[in-house]
Amino acid sequence: MQKINREALIEKAAALLDAGTVDRVLAWKRGEFDYDVTPGLFTTREQMEAELVFGDFCGANMSKYLIKETLKGEGKVLVFLKPCDTYSFNQLLTEHRFDREKVYAVGIPCEGMLSVTAIKAAAGDGISKIDVTEEGVVVETLFDGTKVFGHDEMLAERCRNCKSKRHVAYDELMGEEGEVLDSARFDEVAKIEAMSSEERFAFWQGELSRCIRCNACRDVCPACTCEKCVFGNPDSGIENKAITDSFEEKMFHIIRAFHVAGRCTDCGECSRVCPQQIPLHLLNRKFIKDANNLWGDYQAGEEVGSRAPLVDFDFDDMEPGEAVIKNGGEQ
Amino acid sequence: MQPYKPLIVAFCCNWCSYAGADLAGNNRLSYPADVKIIRVPCSCRVNPMFILRAFQRGADGVILCGCHPGDCHYTTGNYYTRRRMSLLFSMLDYLGIERERTRVEWVSAAEGAKFAATMNDFAETVAALGENKRLEDLRCKK
Ligand code: SF4
Ligand code: SF4
Ligand code: FES
Repeated sequence: MQKINREALIEKAAALLDAGTVDRVLAWKRGEFDYDVTPGLFTTREQMEAELVFGDFCGANMSKYLIKETLKGEGKVLVFLKPCDTYSFNQLLTEHRFDREKVYAVGIPCEGMLSVTAIKAAAGDGISKIDVTEEGVVVETLFDGTKVFGHDEMLAERCRNCKSKRHVAYDELMGEEGEVLDSARFDEVAKIEAMSSEERFAFWQGELSRCIRCNACRDVCPACTCEKCVFGNPDSGIENKAITDSFEEKMFHIIRAFHVAGRCTDCGECSRVCPQQIPLHLLNRKFIKDANNLWGDYQAGEEVGSRAPLVDFDFDDMEPGEAVIKNGGEQ
Repeated sequence: MQPYKPLIVAFCCNWCSYAGADLAGNNRLSYPADVKIIRVPCSCRVNPMFILRAFQRGADGVILCGCHPGDCHYTTGNYYTRRRMSLLFSMLDYLGIERERTRVEWVSAAEGAKFAATMNDFAETVAALGENKRLEDLRCKK
């Protein structure tokens, strides 16, 4: 359960609208189902009262929407940011993707967001309602009555391995500030590294061959903000909307992850939106882990203006041949 | 049956390695004819996508050659290459692509012999692995 509710967000937003500090609000909007929350833009209290929601399905990271929204008017946009969202916010500022002056950022605490996929898998078909209470996640189903699951078991992967509950950017903070956490987010990567080369190949073939090339992972990624994307280039060799060959699966995924290497804050949005449940974060985290391993710890978005590892170097960096061994282990 | 000969793509920077290849030729040092050289202005011109595209088009191994660290014609290009390729090669390894299929080697304009030796060694390593099956585009192999 979240410590902060929609009423508090509406009050805060309405007060800022009334005071003229901001003239529009980026927040979470009700979708068709309780768990189907979508980003929305609000300009009045009435709209917010009708449609703004905040709860355990508000994983969506609002920072990317600021790029387009800040270009639309002179006034400021209010944005609510969870701790992990603030890293993306900073990263976008580092890359000069929006004007900080046009944004009023309110940091909000987060108790972890739930995974709809996990709930669906546990509760089965015919979910009619999901409530999150002190008891846990209460799921009403059409065919099989009401089921209750522990909150922590239904957490999204990224929240189970949350790297930080501390906001790294805001104009104002609601609730209590958290801390940077000691997360086990690289464990899964290490497990794959420990497999044999054949097993790794089979593992990734199994995952990546499910990709339908909807490009949702790219579209949602706060680091993927190019106006012209390489995947729209007919000469790229992978411009097809449907993957026709196993090579394209790998090429698409390597390139997508590489383009955000050193800039990915590990916000987990790619894995959240993938309709095929492909663990894209395991590709991004591999790059983060390797870069940390080779050139020292670096967290994208922690500080505005920090220099990402791929646009930096040391005279005595390791040679690629040795680096592969260091990152992957002897085999 | 013909003995298997791997197709190798070698990206060589214009200022050192390409000249090194030239020197190898002038000195009549032999290296496999299946090494196809692609000249690039600097090793850091090589986008990771180039490497994957080479595999897509049927390469069995891809090698990237540039000036020795410190000698890049553009001063620092190859330092960036080094970081970039470290990540790319580690990723390929992570996806289960044989790590011996990719390599970075620094070859100066004076090192014709090193160029030939490197290519011979790389071609041998790749030949031992056999055809590139894990990262191929069958449509390009027709
Ligand atoms: S995939 Fe690459 S080119 Fe496309 S938007 Fe992302 S970073 Fe830009
Ligand atoms: S969101 Fe999933 S299915 Fe869609 S392109 Fe990305 S990995 Fe493929
Ligand atoms: S010019 Fe040779 S590596 Fe840069």
